[in-house]
Amino acid sequence: MYKKLTFYDLQKINKRKTIILILSFILIAGIIGFSIDNLFLGFPEYIKFPFLTIFAIFLSVFQSFASYMYGDKIVLKSLRARPANPEVFEEKRIINIVEEMKIAAGIPMPKVYIIDTDIPNAFATGRNPENSSVAVTKGLIKLLNREEMQGVIGHEIAHIRNKDILTMTVAATLLGIIIILSDMISRGFRFGGPRGRRQRISSRGNVFLLLIILIVAIIAPIIARLVFLAISRSREYLADATSAELTRNPISLANALEKIYLNQTGKPIGNKAVSPLFIVSPLKSKLENKESLWSDLWSTHPPIEKRIFYLKQMVKNI
Amino acid sequence: MLWIILIVAVIIILIIGIYNSLVSQRMQVKNAWSQIDVQLKRRHDLIPNLVEAVKGYMKYEKETLTQVIEARAKAVSARDKGDLKEIGKAEGELSGFLGRLFALFERYPELKANQNVMMLQEELTNTENKIAFSRQFYNDMVMKYNTSIQVFPKNIIAGIFGFKSFDFLVIEKPEEKEAPRVDLNV
Repeated sequence: MYKKLTFYDLQKINKRKTIILILSFILIAGIIGFSIDNLFLGFPEYIKFPFLTIFAIFLSVFQSFASYMYGDKIVLKSLRARPANPEVFEEKRIINIVEEMKIAAGIPMPKVYIIDTDIPNAFATGRNPENSSVAVTKGLIKLLNREEMQGVIGHEIAHIRNKDILTMTVAATLLGIIIILSDMISRGFRFGGPRGRRQRISSRGNVFLLLIILIVAIIAPIIARLVFLAISRSREYLADATSAELTRNPISLANALEKIYLNQTGKPIGNKAVSPLFIVSPLKSKLENKESLWSDLWSTHPPIEKRIFYLKQMVKNI
Repeated sequence: MLWIILIVAVIIILIIGIYNSLVSQRMQVKNAWSQIDVQLKRRHDLIPNLVEAVKGYMKYEKETLTQVIEARAKAVSARDKGDLKEIGKAEGELSGFLGRLFALFERYPELKANQNVMMLQEELTNTENKIAFSRQFYNDMVMKYNTSIQVFPKNIIAGIFGFKSFDFLVIEKPEEKEAPRVDLNV
């Protein structure tokens, strides 16, 4: 059902999703700023200038621009990725495989990064195919043979060609900021929150305040849902299928997915914000492996069994 | 009179347009080919290094090594001639013998410990894959170009200016190629 879309359509859908993401981010930042203005500074009673609201909007516009321009660098840095060293045999092989797959997909050469961790995983990031990066972990290099690695790299190259990477990177970096901000606001509630200030805020302010909290409570989950929809599961199936098309070897990718999934042990790499970027979700949540409307809405990766099943189905069609 | 001049002008513009599009398509085919050609050359250059590196270890595999060297020589001369059918056949054979040589590596643990040999094997696998993937692209371009010079009215202009069709690159792999493939991680 995903096959009907050409990758030109996909690129357009991704562009639209990225714009929606950024706009809703600015909106939620404005609301957060507005509510802090009211909670802590007592606006409009005490100062007549919505300082934090304007500051939040300004900051979110700046942040959106930064995550568009430097999102890939932020993500790579936060995961401590380093450029692959062509002098080392294993890393030269990764560079070679990326070269092969970029020829197959007809895109410019992405930069190749290595993350020094034993947990196997891989992801792609970047603004567009001209400015893109592929990163694999040391653990992945140890775990997979050459053909399985080709399947994984093919999946990442597919994300680059379909322009998924921009949407995913912007989502990851903006989501990271929302996580930090909502942490701050909930901490604010706990310490000098509304209760402590009750006396200083007039009854009119109190009603106003309640309204703001209500709006934030309603808006925040909607925004979060939008983010998760933007990085929805379908693009993972599609990248799997594209990889199999490029390598003509769905079985190796299926094997690779299984191996990676079974080896997600220990502390997960990265945080909740970057987890949608990886080929196999580093979060071992049960939700990722369930089939329901609820998990479709809230998880970013399809269940691994289903992905493997579809890939094996492709073997019969080749 | 004015009408005649106008019609002639339109026809001339059309001819120029078609001619230019054919030239640019031919250019695309040639570019696609040069990508393959670079890899063919690289492959031919790597093989003597590989043979040199493994010769010492594989004293009892003289026959396979000679086959590889001979297949390479054939592939080199095919590339020099530029005959695509011959190139396809020679490269296919070369792949077959190389595959067999790589399979033999399994018997020599010292070879797998040799970084230089592993690197050469990796580079050869890389060139072979690159050739395979660029071949799809080249054949697509040839298909587009060959169709263009055959359909009306482009075929008239192609005929006048001598646009010739290109051959597809088909790499015929002999049966031996199905021999076990090397899996470095096992």
